[in-house]
Amino acid sequence: MSTMQFGIFSVGDVTTDPTTGRTPSEHERIKAMVAIALKAEEVGLDVFATGEHHNPPFVPSSPTTMLGYVAARTERLILSTATTLITTSDPVKIAEDFAMLQHLADGRVDLMMGRGNTGPVYPWFGQDIRQGIPLAIENYALLHQLWRKDVVDWEGRFRTPLQGFTSTPRPLDGVPPFVWHGSIRSPEIAEQAAYYGDGFFHNNIFWPKEHTQQMIRLYRERYAHYGHGTPEQAIVGLGGQVFMRKNSQDAVREFRPYFDNAPVYGHGPSLEDFTEQTPLTVGSPQEVIDRTLNFREYFGDYQRQLFLMDHAGLPLKTVLEQLDILGEEVVPVLRKEFAAGRPSDVPDAPNHASLVARRDAEEAVPAGSGS
Amino acid sequence: MEKNDKPLKIVAVSAGISQPSSTRLLADRLAEATRRRLAEERAVEVRVVELRDVATDIAKNIVTGFPGPALREVIEAVTEADGLIAATPIFTASYSGLFKSFFDVIENDALAGKPVLIGATGGTARHSLALEHALRPMFVYLRAIVMPTAVYAASEDWGGGGDAHTDLLAVRIDRAAGELADLLLHRAPAARPVETVVPFEEQLAALRP
Repeated sequence: MSTMQFGIFSVGDVTTDPTTGRTPSEHERIKAMVAIALKAEEVGLDVFATGEHHNPPFVPSSPTTMLGYVAARTERLILSTATTLITTSDPVKIAEDFAMLQHLADGRVDLMMGRGNTGPVYPWFGQDIRQGIPLAIENYALLHQLWRKDVVDWEGRFRTPLQGFTSTPRPLDGVPPFVWHGSIRSPEIAEQAAYYGDGFFHNNIFWPKEHTQQMIRLYRERYAHYGHGTPEQAIVGLGGQVFMRKNSQDAVREFRPYFDNAPVYGHGPSLEDFTEQTPLTVGSPQEVIDRTLNFREYFGDYQRQLFLMDHAGLPLKTVLEQLDILGEEVVPVLRKEFAAGRPSDVPDAPNHASLVARRDAEEAVPAGSGS
Repeated sequence: MEKNDKPLKIVAVSAGISQPSSTRLLADRLAEATRRRLAEERAVEVRVVELRDVATDIAKNIVTGFPGPALREVIEAVTEADGLIAATPIFTASYSGLFKSFFDVIENDALAGKPVLIGATGGTARHSLALEHALRPMFVYLRAIVMPTAVYAASEDWGGGGDAHTDLLAVRIDRAAGELADLLLHRAPAARPVETVVPFEEQLAALRP
């Protein structure tokens, strides 16, 4: 297993293909997400992460159902989320659902916490968006306990109290799934990730690198502050967004209508401006390799790289072709190049086996002997 | 009094559309009057920004959520200025859409505590209270310090001799510039906003029931 993890993350949007005017049904989109996840394993990627949404035009409202299905049909793939809504979901249910998934998938599970920025989702789930950060902090504090303490007494501001509660099933091998915290703009969340020694994922795909650098620098400094290691040893994940063809011009020509009509940035800047100002890369596999390798220069050695591949109405067939190129021509080179010159004390991306090993190593140290 | 060597930075933002525009002319006059009032005590750097030059960048920022390089540079100049002069034509009973959109894409708290002199232009003096009903509340919302004198220049003001109830445009410009200059000279230097992290224990403690 290599030192870095590469994978894909899906928003799960149902979007009309602007070149044909065809809109997939929810059923087609859900099946397409599964096909994409299976393809990710087939082409040698490490991670598939699904979004969580509770409003149209998005389909993935029930991530562990989908990931459980994918788990049964894969062998190696790590199943993750991007993101799990820690604000509006009950942390007790998150603890239960993901522990169950962790058992079914034999440990191939981690998750990424996010707050969600769709205003109405908060009141639909009985919450208030103005309390987004406090909800993220309190709910995660409870989730963290539920996975680590067999019997939990709890009283907080947002949830009904718990007395003598045991979340079942207990995490696989007594080791909770690894947690990433995703945030684009909130230093409080970088601080939270650093405090717990968890991972920090910056979904940089719509942002200039200067902004991303600031957030990651903060997380790394605070990670060291809380004694989890040096700043360089903090666990960092990044997003990416690519479209590739053998010839750069073909990639640009084919992707432009999807870009121009994309729900997030369509009808705004030109494809050329956007590729210059954000990590979006539309071109040859070599251009994607060069661009992605630059991330290390900007943000330091990191642990996880997720690409957004299936959005803006791209047909499934095209997405699967993209994954072939990613898995065959891009990621093998990235693995090799990123491994070269990587300092030996920069940790690998955490997985279940490494977390079990770390727990065992910590328990083997006799009490009172220090670190 | 010992002269402070560090120049004060004044940025004047004009949302004028035509070139040349009377809004730009007003912004220039306000900036020059402010510079003159400060000149004896402080060096002054004046920069005038035409929002027209970054109009499409502002629209793109609205769509994408982040500014392109040219707009980012303008936003930084505005937020780092010691004093801001903001001038807009009055369109459809209020500031122009371009003017509002520019301030929409700046962070909500980026202008807090900043001295701001507001000005507006229009074809007739009948629209002058748009300054008080539209611009002033917007900057108050942003927690800027808005000068008591706001300067409205109707077409007739550029040539007219005023009337018994209205000072000449030049007098009003000078009074407004004086207010801004006095505030800049006598206030403590604006503290640069520092990115502070609230330690996590404090964030947790704040939630304990």
